Amino acid sequence: MTRVAVVRFPGSNCDFDTLRAAENVGADAYFVWHRDTDLNNADVVILPGGFSYGDYLRAGAIARFSPLMQAVQRHAAGGGPVLGICNGFQILCEAHMLPGALMRNAGLSFVSKPVDVIVERTDTAFTCDYEPNARLRMPVAHGEGRYVAEPETLRMLEAEGQVVLRYVPATERSPFQPNPNGATNHIAGICNPEGNVVGIMPHPERAAERLLGLTGGSGFFTSLVPAYEHSSNSGVQP
Amino acid sequence: MTYRVHVRVMPREGLLDPQGQAVEHALSALGFEEAGGVRVGRAIELDVAADSRDQAETRARQMCDKLLANPVTEDYLLEVEENR
Repeated sequence: MTRVAVVRFPGSNCDFDTLRAAENVGADAYFVWHRDTDLNNADVVILPGGFSYGDYLRAGAIARFSPLMQAVQRHAAGGGPVLGICNGFQILCEAHMLPGALMRNAGLSFVSKPVDVIVERTDTAFTCDYEPNARLRMPVAHGEGRYVAEPETLRMLEAEGQVVLRYVPATERSPFQPNPNGATNHIAGICNPEGNVVGIMPHPERAAERLLGLTGGSGFFTSLVPAYEHSSNSGVQP
Repeated sequence: MTYRVHVRVMPREGLLDPQGQAVEHALSALGFEEAGGVRVGRAIELDVAADSRDQAETRARQMCDKLLANPVTEDYLLEVEENR
């Protein structure tokens, strides 16, 4: 059974939703606390959304120094899959496990609404259940989600195919504004060169079962479980 | 010996600074149309125990590079003064 560690920092607030989404697909999911020093034999690590350490200084800047983050870095260095969602993505950037940074939204407002994204990488541990270029609808909820990076880094991300999720182009008819935060190149999620560390701004755990109104994010969790079989009452669809 | 270090962290030149733009619009709405090029950053002050001003500055620079500023998006300026 896939063991999924959901990391909790002071200020994490998507921890239960993430745990539930992982449990719904049959994973053995459990919490680890930021002061812990090991991941309890995790196969997969998820850094959930929230406001770790009150977003003091910069979002994700303090969480990076948690004792547990050392273990997360070792896990990633050994090829273990790590997913950062929203604040988790900010932490991965601050920890230099992913390039670039997430800055204040272009419109200055906190945005909380569904957006449409395209899955550009389907060979990561978190996206292998999606068809290439699948379109998903998932909520975003962030004040600092505008992805930026040095021009050289952006060229590398694009050339190496490290963009995992991209907001749909602004030209496309969508009931939602396609790029909610002014992110460079409409980037909504990226991965490291090896593809095992993934950071995304949208919240798949808030779009992972029928009860929530959206199911587009469930593939992030079904991807983790080999030969995942639907259970008729979970409401989960890949 | 301790030194008072003043750190000024500013959004990197050329990167969109929506806070600065919003403040500029607000100033203009208040009738201060002569204001332009507004940018919003952050000031941090701290005491650093060190043997010399140079040592205090070197250590403060390391603090900035590792935590106080994000090298991807921000630049910083340091001022060091001896505490009396």
